[in-house]
Amino acid sequence: MGSSETEYSERKERGRVWEVFRRLSKRVTALIGLVIVLLFLISALIAPLLAPHDPYEHSLAHKLAKPSWDYPLGRDELGRCILSRIIYGARISLLIGLIVISIGIFVGVPVGVVSAYYGGKVDFIVQRFVDTMLAFPGILLALLLIAMLGVGLHNVMIAVGISTIPIYARLARSSVLAIKSRQFVEAARSIGASHLRIILQHLIPNSLSPIIVQSTLHMATAILWAAGLGFLGLGVSPPTAEWGAMLNGGRLYIRVAYHVATFPGLMIFITVLGFNLLGDGLRDALDPRLKT
Amino acid sequence: MSSQYIIRRLLIMIPVLFGVSLIIFTIVRVLPGDPAVVLAGPHATKDVVEQVRIQLGLDKHPVTQYVIFLKNIFRGDLGTSSRTGLPVTQEIMARFPNTLLLALASILVATVLGVLTGIIAGVKQNSKFDYLSMLVALFGISMPVFWLGLMLMLLFSIQLGWFPAVGADSFKHLVLPAITLGANSTAIIARMTRSSMLEVIRLDYIRTARAKGLTEKLVIWRHALKNALIPVVTVIGLQTGTLLGGAVLTEIVFAWPGIGRLLVESILSRDYPVIQGVVLLVATLFIFINLIVDIIYSFLDPRIRYH
Repeated sequence: MGSSETEYSERKERGRVWEVFRRLSKRVTALIGLVIVLLFLISALIAPLLAPHDPYEHSLAHKLAKPSWDYPLGRDELGRCILSRIIYGARISLLIGLIVISIGIFVGVPVGVVSAYYGGKVDFIVQRFVDTMLAFPGILLALLLIAMLGVGLHNVMIAVGISTIPIYARLARSSVLAIKSRQFVEAARSIGASHLRIILQHLIPNSLSPIIVQSTLHMATAILWAAGLGFLGLGVSPPTAEWGAMLNGGRLYIRVAYHVATFPGLMIFITVLGFNLLGDGLRDALDPRLKT
Repeated sequence: MSSQYIIRRLLIMIPVLFGVSLIIFTIVRVLPGDPAVVLAGPHATKDVVEQVRIQLGLDKHPVTQYVIFLKNIFRGDLGTSSRTGLPVTQEIMARFPNTLLLALASILVATVLGVLTGIIAGVKQNSKFDYLSMLVALFGISMPVFWLGLMLMLLFSIQLGWFPAVGADSFKHLVLPAITLGANSTAIIARMTRSSMLEVIRLDYIRTARAKGLTEKLVIWRHALKNALIPVVTVIGLQTGTLLGGAVLTEIVFAWPGIGRLLVESILSRDYPVIQGVVLLVATLFIFINLIVDIIYSFLDPRIRYH
């Protein structure tokens, strides 16, 4: 009986995965998003193989050179290959996105789950804290944290990561509240499962879909914010190839060499668009109820 | 009923305001090193550091320190800028009207454009206009605001020469920064209006309005819009607050002399009293704007007040 049950649930699982894929592929925009995200991941992973030149090799004689066959996107203010720097920049953006989301998930989700599961005073106190953190609009909390931690890539990731914690906490809380009184949780409780077991085995796995959707959409926000902080000169230190910092470098030459600022910005835009398209598609595929 | 609701909302706001001040207080105090040295600035003499220590009561218990910090805020004393030596309130007040002007202009652009686009897209669901405008809206959400600003500057000031690239001397200076800052909100408001419109026009009372023979124009503008715009009001309010925080990047691109630029300059020169003051002001304003939005919402949708 045990094996047939496993088989059934496996088949059901496969069916569900297929259903998600079918719904996902029905949406062309989601597929475009997926392609963009895959290209982004590939360029981050095999940057040295893709980049036509060394991203750090400079040549002042060719500074601000316009796009050419050899240097398809031109050269920057120090004569470096912009295309190669953009390809290498994908690594930084990917790293930032992953770390920011990890901080958000690994801190925010347990906080939200515990808050919803125990309810009462715990929930009240945690939620007031979350309210307070959400009272800082947009990028402001990240800016305050950077001001205190100091400028640099690590601190940008920590600052943006901490700012996303309340969002994940809220999200996890509302998904757990929606399922915590469902029968399978009651059943687990009635057979004497411990709190930890109920949380880890039942509540978290069953509240994952909104968190997956949120994470995809959040990659977009994390990349956008980190690039913004890089643009403000608060991120990586030179000569690291990071899109926001590249844009900042090119900003001063916008009148004489438009390409230096244009292409890194275009890359940020396309990558963020890719994650947004994929996130929207995933939301419709995983949870049609949330469809707008 | 409604005055009770407003009082309740005001009461909820108080702990959040305290919370915000506590978070700012804690973050500034736990930073590595002696806060007195940091707050006095890098070039301060020993006497000045000592004066700051006494002024902030850093030799006292942390709780007493927090009370002093709050007292100073209530007296409108946010300390002195370590960069310019001027009172922080004076520094902020010199720049704040510019940011307010920019944010209001942006939200005006975003509301007019966003609501109109959202209504048309919603009423003509699945039309070419619907697809195209929602695609553009998705672009608007994904667009880095600093890049959009540079591109607009490249096209409209450097190539075409229609608007000045930087500064804040005239109405013409306001156009590009307002569009840049408002783009993201325009997209969000348009998407919200559309989905809210789609939801409302499926409701029974709209069917009734149509059934009694009203023209489509009247059904949409008189009946549907009134309810469809309720959630949009919330989004507009939230966006106004977000714009104050988001103005940082736009102000840097266009050299707009607002508090966003002041904040970045202060971060780069480690001018902590100013950083603390700007963050406190923007967070407080954001909370007040949310409160006003909630109150307006409760008038538009009386059901809210009963929950």
